[in-house]
Amino acid sequence: MSPDTARSVVEPGATAKLLAAVLVAAYALVALIPIVWIVLTSFKTPSAAIAYPPSVLFSPSLEGYVNVFTQRTRQTPEYMASLPPPETWYDALVRSRNMVIAGPSRFAERYWNSIIIGFGSTFLAVFLGTLAAYAFSRFRVPLKDDLLFFILSTRMMPPIAVAIPIFLMYRTLGLSDTHLGMILLYTAVNLSLSVWLLKGFMDEIPREYEEAALVDGYSRFQAFLKVVLPQAVTGIAATAIFCLIFAWNEYAFALLLTSGNAQTAPPFIPTIIGEGGLDWPAVAAGTTMFLVPILVFTVLLRRHLLRGITFGAVRK
Amino acid sequence: MAEIRIAHLHKRFGEFVAVRDTTLTVADGEFFVLLGPSGCGKTTTLRMIAGLELPTSGEIRLAGEDVTFRRARDRDIAFVFQLFALYPHMNVRRNIAFPLLAQGLPRAEVRARVVEAARLLRIEHLLDRPVGGLSGGDRQRVALGRAIVRRPAAFLMDEPLGALDAEFRALMCEELRLLHQRIGATTVYVTHDQLEAMAMADRIAVMDKGVVLQCDRPAEIYHRPRSIFVADFIGSPAMSFLDARPAGPTAARVGEATVAVPRLQEEPPPELVLGIRPEHLRLADSAPLRGVVAGVEYMGARQVVTVDTAAGRARLRCGNEVKVGFGERVGLLPDPTRAILFDRASGRALRSELFAAAGHG
Repeated sequence: MSPDTARSVVEPGATAKLLAAVLVAAYALVALIPIVWIVLTSFKTPSAAIAYPPSVLFSPSLEGYVNVFTQRTRQTPEYMASLPPPETWYDALVRSRNMVIAGPSRFAERYWNSIIIGFGSTFLAVFLGTLAAYAFSRFRVPLKDDLLFFILSTRMMPPIAVAIPIFLMYRTLGLSDTHLGMILLYTAVNLSLSVWLLKGFMDEIPREYEEAALVDGYSRFQAFLKVVLPQAVTGIAATAIFCLIFAWNEYAFALLLTSGNAQTAPPFIPTIIGEGGLDWPAVAAGTTMFLVPILVFTVLLRRHLLRGITFGAVRK
Repeated sequence: MAEIRIAHLHKRFGEFVAVRDTTLTVADGEFFVLLGPSGCGKTTTLRMIAGLELPTSGEIRLAGEDVTFRRARDRDIAFVFQLFALYPHMNVRRNIAFPLLAQGLPRAEVRARVVEAARLLRIEHLLDRPVGGLSGGDRQRVALGRAIVRRPAAFLMDEPLGALDAEFRALMCEELRLLHQRIGATTVYVTHDQLEAMAMADRIAVMDKGVVLQCDRPAEIYHRPRSIFVADFIGSPAMSFLDARPAGPTAARVGEATVAVPRLQEEPPPELVLGIRPEHLRLADSAPLRGVVAGVEYMGARQVVTVDTAAGRARLRCGNEVKVGFGERVGLLPDPTRAILFDRASGRALRSELFAAAGHG
């Protein structure tokens, strides 16, 4: 191979780099516009949010965030005048619209449900998936291939296709509108992904590591904890992100199976209704806050994620 | 320190028999090498001694105790893997300390013993380094450190030099042998490299197809191989094998020539193979065994000459003062005290004075 060819492979030219940068920037722009728009909207006033043509420059307001967390009632000017001066900035903000805060909304509760159910089912799916994947990877499991195929086959049909049977089953079992019910459901859906992904990662970890630990005086379980698990962190992190994203964003089952008690944020956010139409800044504020945990989780694990996704692509 | 006794060990994987009715005894403090081509069952045997694989039948005794079906961690042995299996998420110190932590030793003692092991292997300066950036040789030393730190009853090593480059292998060979002399622990070492085996072993067991063909001191195996397979596997350049027919108790017919051999102690079968090491074959103008020079390799002080005879190709080693050229007709004279006759059908060496001399029949 001539040096020229080699350089063109290793080090792209300036034009190519520029082109790549432009393409990446253009794609990022397209991908980010909806999110940027949501975040911008969350800081607008309700009237600015529906203004046409849409305003890009505006004076930011926290009204959306206040509204998403509170329930308010409109009052007569006489009543407003009779009130003592507002105690907090959000009291003042609400009163400027001739309303008073009647109490907290259920957003915080729904958000908390999302966290419990999302992280709970992710933990369970990854925990069970790790153990199952280790067993499939290392032991002579009878009917191994059939079992793995069976596990995969649970994902061959869209889960929503069995929504009605699950709805009836949950009602009979008393799992409807419970945290446990939703955690079990999301775990069941995520488990096949988790087992398959993690089995791939486990297969990549040389057996010699555990065998060395076994000879060095550790039990099989200790060897798993002290030697295999630290090696599998990358795969576990990648799997956890996939599982969390599914459970966090899931809408259809949450809408169908939950209502007063275990409702998660996705079905709740669209129900935020203001006076005379949807309160867009409040919906946007709810959505913005809804995006934060996934963002934080992904950023925290991104080092693992990138390595995890490309793991196994190149054999050492 | 302990003696390892293996009796009638058998291991089957489905239809495949990996180890067949193997009986071996490794003496206390011995450096014992299991040698054979890949797939011969040597690694499986080692893994069964370690407890990483359970035998189909047979018995393994470690220091007199039956450990055949005991778990690896209850056997008090250390294993060095071919690719070292250093834990990548731990630094050198923690890697070496890992077996001690399993025993729940006090922290101070763990520290002291890790340093002691590291000093013995001259890797003290590496203790706080991650294992990732270490050179092959240093990885090897860390793996040895992890093995010796526990003072186990026996060391088992599975091609521990296989992953090193040739130059380094020779150096580590020497280091391993020195380490063995210093610690004196019973060691079972698996390799497919006969040079490694010859250089290090007190005794070698040559295996093929799950069976131990010969188990002896290196010099015995080299000079008195009891089958064509062993004779061929050991030695570089390899032993020459020439077609032969019987010609009385002290000779064999090779082509048109009669070659003297050590006195046979059994009736020879009709089809024979004459085996001779390159250094036991001389060029002699008057010798009746004739051939044509097919190649000359200079090896510094010595040279290896390949000669094609009517009975097969022979190679001999001689000094550089002997001048021969390609295509030249030469005479070959095998050392009459060193030639070995094999039964062509079974590959077995015929009993002769050569074997009797060493007490082998």
